[in-house]
Amino acid sequence: MSMMKCMQNTRARRDLITYALVIAAFAVVCLLQANRMIPRMIAGQLVPICSYVVMALSLNLVVGVAGDLSLGHAGFMSVGAYTGIVAAMSLTEVVPDDGLRLVIAVIVGAASAALAGFVIGIPVLRLSGDYLAIVTLAFGEIIKEIVTCLIVGVDERGLHVLFNLTGSLSAGDLNLSEGGVAIIKGAQGASGVEVISTFVAGFLLVMVALVVVLNLVRSRTGRAIMAVRDNRIAAESVGISTTKYRMIAFVVSAALAGAAGALFGNGFSQLSATKFDFNTSILILVFVVLGGLGNMRGSIVAAVALTILPEALRQFSDYRMLVYAVVLILVMIVSNNDTVKGAVGRLKARFVSHGKEVGTDA
Amino acid sequence: MPKFEFERGKMVPVPSHSIVPERDVDSAPVLEALHLGIDFGGLKAVDDFNLTIGKTEIAGLIGPNGAGKTTVFNLLTKVYAPTRGTILLNGNDTSGKTVHQVNRMGIARTFQNIRLFDTMTVEENVKVGLHNTEAYPTLSGILRTPAYWRREREAHERALELLSIFGMQDLAGHRAGSLPYGAQRRLEIVRALATNPSLLLLDEPAAGMNPSETVELMENIVKIRDTFNIAIMLIEHDMNLVMNICEGICVLNFGKVIAKGTAEEIQNNEAVIEAYLGKRKEA
Repeated sequence: MSMMKCMQNTRARRDLITYALVIAAFAVVCLLQANRMIPRMIAGQLVPICSYVVMALSLNLVVGVAGDLSLGHAGFMSVGAYTGIVAAMSLTEVVPDDGLRLVIAVIVGAASAALAGFVIGIPVLRLSGDYLAIVTLAFGEIIKEIVTCLIVGVDERGLHVLFNLTGSLSAGDLNLSEGGVAIIKGAQGASGVEVISTFVAGFLLVMVALVVVLNLVRSRTGRAIMAVRDNRIAAESVGISTTKYRMIAFVVSAALAGAAGALFGNGFSQLSATKFDFNTSILILVFVVLGGLGNMRGSIVAAVALTILPEALRQFSDYRMLVYAVVLILVMIVSNNDTVKGAVGRLKARFVSHGKEVGTDA
Repeated sequence: MPKFEFERGKMVPVPSHSIVPERDVDSAPVLEALHLGIDFGGLKAVDDFNLTIGKTEIAGLIGPNGAGKTTVFNLLTKVYAPTRGTILLNGNDTSGKTVHQVNRMGIARTFQNIRLFDTMTVEENVKVGLHNTEAYPTLSGILRTPAYWRREREAHERALELLSIFGMQDLAGHRAGSLPYGAQRRLEIVRALATNPSLLLLDEPAAGMNPSETVELMENIVKIRDTFNIAIMLIEHDMNLVMNICEGICVLNFGKVIAKGTAEEIQNNEAVIEAYLGKRKEA
């Protein structure tokens, strides 16, 4: 009994520490910002970092918690980004407040990506393992191609959408009235976007994503999802519909990715669909694997570190990506080494036994 | 011996069973299998399988290796769709139902090769079993509404209560995959019981256990039947266990039922002796 209480408490405490770390990091960045101590390079990366953290959390839900290797996660991000941009741009006059408009954009992005996740999930979740990975990869590319074909504009008569399959159409074919704006121009992507995403908004979205993911994992639904991951046949035998719970994980994950996309999209004045290609999907998978499957705190740290690293390595100019790759390989080797793991475990044990009073603070 | 308190919830102890040692088998059937059969290619793995199990009966399913015993379990739980025949569970037809739907209708099972949720704790494994009895919507889990806290507390108490059947409540926080073999088998039974079944299928529950563990298991199986007032059907190679606790025994060979009856009848049945020991040579 006492052991169980202890177990639950350690989990709750782990979650609390994660929240505390994110809030502390936010506070530190705010302080540095107020004192103008953040390099320009990093300052421009704050909103993308928040987006990538949310992406890593959402992908960890599918890959780490549900055990389904998805390689098309950037696709959901692009759905969220473009629907979020369209929502924000078309509401400029109706909702003059930037913050509220961003909230609406994020919700629209999340809802559209969730819908896309559901539609794609129906065929994809019939598969598992390598096959699922390949099919999600294909769907990620399909989403990118579809977005590349889109031409969207808005005027006082409402939204105008063209589907540029032949490649012969352009923004001019939208027949917008005088005051109309073309938002997405096919392969060129979105341009002239009003930048409304802020670091504070990004931080709030990270917190929301963290609450959703951690609470979900610790609930009945989360247990069902993990049960399906651990042993599908046994999960079915205790009355759990495996398709339903894999779908829940997939859709929640897609919704969070869409929200991250909307934040990301509204943070740049220009955005092309190639930003959300296979490389981005893999980059997010790297965050998840490096941070540890199912380990949300690890995902956050990995996403932040690996987004800052390329910027911090600018002094190596041409060798930047080479150094980045070498660092990545080293971290992977070290974090998967049993000797290193043992040493970290012993350090942790010593820290815990020494610092009981520190622990109660958290 | 751990004390039981099952007055809460759906599990009601039946005093007549725990006090009176006579086995008064309830005559109304919990399970009726009628002309059940499945073909794998041209092979009739199970053919014309008929069986009735009473509401509080302990039934045994025995037979030589490859006789089709586990296949029968897989048919009853819909892991395989039967090629022929009907299964009635508490009088309801289970045709067209999936594995998880059949579980909700009242069949729970364990597996010959243990299938636990290895990375989760012992308590979580049982809580997964409580999935449909301690239910609340996904959204109240994310938002941590009062329903979440209430149900989670209930699930926690119920899980410990169920684990106490085998005196495993102290293992609640351990990873299921790290348990010793015998404890894993017992945890599978607890998890199956958590789904509140009316029929419990045990696939070789005594496999790999030593004689004293087997005796303890026998007592526990009877205790589970008496406490939960459910029917139990078990596949087992340990004849001592089968002959001692099973009220009805069904013998399979090459996918066909070759004998049915009480322990005594089975022990003296020519066809059974032949299936296990081979044909008597005429001198």
